[in-house]
Amino acid sequence: MTQLPETTDKKLGLVIDLDTCVGCHACVTACKGWNTENYGVPLSDEDAYGADPVGTFLNRIHSYEVEPKGGGCSQTVHFPKSCLHCDDAPCVTVCPTGASYKRSEDGIVLVNEDACIGCGLCAWACPYGARELDAAAGVMKKCTLCVDRIYNDNLPEEDRVPACVRTCPAGARHFGDFADPNSNVSKLVAERGGIDLMPEQGTKPVNKYLPPRPKDQMQDMDVLSPLLEPVCEEPKGFLAWLDKKLEAL
Amino acid sequence: MHPAPSVIIFTVLSGLGFGLLTFLGFGLPAVTGWAAFFYFAIGFGLAVGGLVASTFHLGNPQRALKAFTQWQTSWLSREACLSTAALIVLGIYAFAAVFFGVTIAVLGWLGGLLSLATVIATAMIYAQLKTVPRWNHWLTPLHLLTLSLAGGAILAQQTAAALVLLLVAGAVQVLQWVLGDRRFAERGHTIETATGLGDRGKARLFEPPHTGSNYLLKEMVHVVGRKHAQKLRIIAFGAMIVVPLVLVALLPTNPFTAAIATLFYLVGAFASRWLFFAEAEHVVSLYYGRTATEAPYQPSHSR
Repeated sequence: MTQLPETTDKKLGLVIDLDTCVGCHACVTACKGWNTENYGVPLSDEDAYGADPVGTFLNRIHSYEVEPKGGGCSQTVHFPKSCLHCDDAPCVTVCPTGASYKRSEDGIVLVNEDACIGCGLCAWACPYGARELDAAAGVMKKCTLCVDRIYNDNLPEEDRVPACVRTCPAGARHFGDFADPNSNVSKLVAERGGIDLMPEQGTKPVNKYLPPRPKDQMQDMDVLSPLLEPVCEEPKGFLAWLDKKLEAL
Repeated sequence: MHPAPSVIIFTVLSGLGFGLLTFLGFGLPAVTGWAAFFYFAIGFGLAVGGLVASTFHLGNPQRALKAFTQWQTSWLSREACLSTAALIVLGIYAFAAVFFGVTIAVLGWLGGLLSLATVIATAMIYAQLKTVPRWNHWLTPLHLLTLSLAGGAILAQQTAAALVLLLVAGAVQVLQWVLGDRRFAERGHTIETATGLGDRGKARLFEPPHTGSNYLLKEMVHVVGRKHAQKLRIIAFGAMIVVPLVLVALLPTNPFTAAIATLFYLVGAFASRWLFFAEAEHVVSLYYGRTATEAPYQPSHSR
């Protein structure tokens, strides 16, 4: 059904921390792996070992260089981009067959591949390039927020998060419920000033991005500095006796 | 946007077909018997041929029937429903006119209105997309509608209507080009709003996410052939508007004039529709480094 739900009980989504993403593409690989082996048709590749390999991916990492307005060091920002599971998802309403839908229970935007005719209009309607038509299967593929992991009781609890979040070695990806103001993701967004991408498109994205901190200005104390201070200036007790004896030798 | 031949053929041919069917439905000209047969055969041939061509770009055309279900939200679904309704209603009208010499005016009017609505629904598929600023404007439905009706008027040999509609369609086409060229910048979408990095400073693409191409680049970040855009605009305008206008105005009204004028119209309309897609810029190109002066990333071709 391509009518958007008025509200959703939960708003599941991701927080992407642009300050800590190191651009390793591990999330891309984990996503491709999980979503090729599980929900829906595989994410196919064409000419995979040839001169012009192309393939379907649900997550892509761009890298940008930002030149500060007032001068100073320019900054490299690694920028993971996947479906933002928008509240006002334009990809859903344009679908002629009802294959695209947004779930009222948790807000995840999904494609029913059995109903998709592969017209590609939803990919045109998305400002973020979050949907890719699979060349082998002829159906539209997009981030499912690993819907087959997050509710999967057969997996250990720590694995019940999207594959990209589970794999990120930098802790730059966070999964949670934005409808709950006390959730990990809501708190992160509040503390760090999480932002929407291309807000002028009016899509009301659920996923939020945490802006990178300027790295050439030290604002906070280094988190490691308390650990670097000497723990004990003068030895006491047995160590003091040993110290004295060794000194005397 | 990628100018897919199937979509160009579809929108031009079915636009012309439904333009002609609109006139036939409104009884311009009021034909029965063999004359009706030929007129409706051309109208249905163009409209249906176009619709069939449109299924060639589908990944899974065998499920096309499902596209009739979501008319409440989707312009593509509305187009499917309206075009089918128009063809059925006018099919009955044509059957009565051809075989019984009877014109059922009510059906004709209804079919004419449904044909008009079909062209508008087709145009709205493009006009609704906020992601393509050049299309996201009331000029888009007006552009496709006036072109469709002008072509229909030529084929229906409605000289006065053809002259007026060609003039209007020409004016709308020029406006669509001139205003369309500015719209992306006017909407204020930039790489900074796309990435949210605008408050830090000026952003540029440092590294694309992949070394090869992908669906997004092929489908929505199409950049070929823009260097010939001005020449193509002149060819399109000359063939689609100027030549048919002169032919219809100067030659006597007969099927031969209509055929020649329609051929020129089609050549121009194909060029115009190619530009409609090739010149349309999608906002996703911003993530691939598009700026006001620089083209987005394109992979180098096979080594």
